Amino acid sequence: MRTVTFHIKRYDPARDEKGSSRVQAFEIPYETSLTVLEGLFYIQEELDGSLAFRYCCRASICGSCAMYINGRYRLACQTNVLHLHTDEVHIEPLPHMPLVKDLVCDMDDFFAKYAYIEPWLIRHSQEPAKEILQSPADRHKLNMPVDCILCGACYSSCPSVWSEDNYLGPAALLKAYRFEVDSRDEAKKERLPKWDNERGAYRCHTITNCIEACPKELNPTEGIQWLKMAAVRRRLFGRAK
Amino acid sequence: MPHHQLIVVGGGLAGLRAAVEAKAAGLDVAILSQVHPGRSHSGAAQGGLNAALANHPDAHDDTPEKHAFDTVKGSDYLADQDTAIQMTKDAPGVIFEMDHWGCPFSRFDDGRIAQRPFGGAGYPRTCYGADKTGHYLLHTLVERAYERGVKMYIEVFVTSLIVDDGRCRGVVAYDMIKGGFHAFTADAVVMATGGAGRIYGNSTNAIISTGAGAAMAYQAGVPAEDMEFIQFHPTGLLTTHILMSEACRGEGGYLVNGEGERFMAKYAPKAMELAPRDITARSITTEINEGRGIGGADYVNLDLRHLGAEKIMERLPGIRDIAIHFQGVDPIEEPIPIKPVQHYTMGGIDTDVDGRTKLPGFYAAGECACVSVHGANRLGGNSLLETIVFGRRAGIAVVADLEGGAPAGDPAAAGAGAVAAMEARVAELVSRGKAGADPYAIRAEMIATTRDYFGVFREDSIMRTGLEILRRLKERCSQIGLGNAGGVFNLDLMRTVELEGMVDLSLCVAEGALARTESRGSHSRTDHPARDDEKWLVHTLAHHTPEGPRLEYRPVTLGPFEPQERKY
Repeated sequence: MRTVTFHIKRYDPARDEKGSSRVQAFEIPYETSLTVLEGLFYIQEELDGSLAFRYCCRASICGSCAMYINGRYRLACQTNVLHLHTDEVHIEPLPHMPLVKDLVCDMDDFFAKYAYIEPWLIRHSQEPAKEILQSPADRHKLNMPVDCILCGACYSSCPSVWSEDNYLGPAALLKAYRFEVDSRDEAKKERLPKWDNERGAYRCHTITNCIEACPKELNPTEGIQWLKMAAVRRRLFGRAK
Repeated sequence: MPHHQLIVVGGGLAGLRAAVEAKAAGLDVAILSQVHPGRSHSGAAQGGLNAALANHPDAHDDTPEKHAFDTVKGSDYLADQDTAIQMTKDAPGVIFEMDHWGCPFSRFDDGRIAQRPFGGAGYPRTCYGADKTGHYLLHTLVERAYERGVKMYIEVFVTSLIVDDGRCRGVVAYDMIKGGFHAFTADAVVMATGGAGRIYGNSTNAIISTGAGAAMAYQAGVPAEDMEFIQFHPTGLLTTHILMSEACRGEGGYLVNGEGERFMAKYAPKAMELAPRDITARSITTEINEGRGIGGADYVNLDLRHLGAEKIMERLPGIRDIAIHFQGVDPIEEPIPIKPVQHYTMGGIDTDVDGRTKLPGFYAAGECACVSVHGANRLGGNSLLETIVFGRRAGIAVVADLEGGAPAGDPAAAGAGAVAAMEARVAELVSRGKAGADPYAIRAEMIATTRDYFGVFREDSIMRTGLEILRRLKERCSQIGLGNAGGVFNLDLMRTVELEGMVDLSLCVAEGALARTESRGSHSRTDHPARDDEKWLVHTLAHHTPEGPRLEYRPVTLGPFEPQERKY
């Protein structure tokens, strides 16, 4: 039986001072395959029931278990220790985020910013009796942004977020982009003030950490640059979309 | 103590749809969910949802009646025909509504919603967004809930119902972020917590799909219906049991055994790989049991290679990602190793067609409920449909039922009492501490027992052994100890508190399966291989008693579709 050692950054508000943390090591046996999430459950069930982490689908679609594993942003469920090519696994919560406990960070700001950009389809027309027609080419424009799982990895990785609390960050702006490029959306300039401002697209300095961090291999930077160009078209040239 | 007119427990598709409906009608609505609603297990659904839109060139004469027939036939005639007809009638409208709210469905060239073939369906009527339909629907409804201003209590773990004077008046929940148990009172409660897949040791379901809502209802006296009908999905990924969508076969994928043979020709010569799930899962299991797995092992292959890279990348990109990340297999290059695993709970909280239960003020929708439209075997593409059809109907029912005003009486005292009862229960668990029974050992034995004794094929003597094990586990539940008390995000607390409900539901599965001396849909008995419409065209209703489930039966609501032999 092989073993792997998880070095987990821990914080418990009941015993640790705010801002401080400890690293605790756990040895985990495995046979042929072990995901980081499976290892965390082994610890929680067998070694230390107090360990806290988020989980849900264990199939890389719910976005719960984004963490910082051996120096990279990853989903714990999608990360097999075999692919890390080492027996030492260092696990931290998403960096630059306030903590709730252990690997659980506070996502309130993240979701408040998501809600701020009005992340829903805006329509004014009388709805048709059936579907709103959309060409496959128009639907293709949504392919990248609709795959976002709101895991927060990009947000945690963005130096512009680190330095400016109010910056909406890559995930919220990618969501704004998702609706702006949807042929069914009729917001025209309505949503514009939400992202065309000092909190919005211009705070992106194309550092592209978000692209590297995204476990779904999406490209928030591309969406944000599209927003910058769209803002110019609408503000300077008066276009509705 | 927070009070809302409507509390919805669970933020998946059914819960969100109920909340959005009631909120639009002016109710004060709150969702309580142990995860952010966008993380709910609905998002893991892949292949699509059924509606007779007749968009596909091969489906120009499709109708809701034909969809209803396929649903009832697929259910092995255990579905209530009036509810199946209602669901298929509502289907096109709720799907167009999801489109109007922004759901990114895939499209045909003419701009209409794309549809693909699915198992057990007479027409290609499964509407889809690539192979991430659940994710797209879920985010669309999360967005609509934000737009409507539905209040969300996120990472709040509901543990029990508040019942006062014969009426449900809210729930007790553990606040994962702030700690402690709290009462959330309401004029009405909609339960929408999803399936109970995790009572099985081999499930495609999310780790949080523990059946908690059905267990709470059962413990509060609402019967659990048809729990013995557990769907095994034919194609779970070999090592992790992650779902490999039915869309793989809908798009033309093959099932191949160790002899390189498309063995479905033996079992369903017409439908082949697109036979309903119960038949396909039994066929694969038979191949494996008779030594024709790949290399004699306990799996067969799902082969997509002939579809070509372009089609796989366009229609099944999520499947490819999962196979690569979790199995190290690129379906463009290699076949995917799969086997049948637990996937869906056909049974659940006994409700009528509008989500009402026998407990006033308490409603249920989605996988935790049993309406029943799936009967003994659910068709692929009907579960996502069920969530939005019956979530919406439950929302409408709550609005109608509260039109006369709030129920009489102040629920605060009952709420405080229910919180005190929960705190006392936890104190007892903590008092036994590490000296008590280990909840994780009980959980491990339970999920192995359901898997091994109540699987694809069932038999009297095997089930009796399994039932004895489950009964012993139930007794051990009263001796459980909890090592970690209090605090925030206490997984030990949550996973211990939810365990007894999981064992209760396992017992419902076991007792119901043992008693039902026939084979119907997913319930396949080697000792009673035939369907018995004389005796068993009835729903099982399991009532909670201190001695275990007490079973009663209710006739199936029949209708225009005469029960006949199922051939595909």
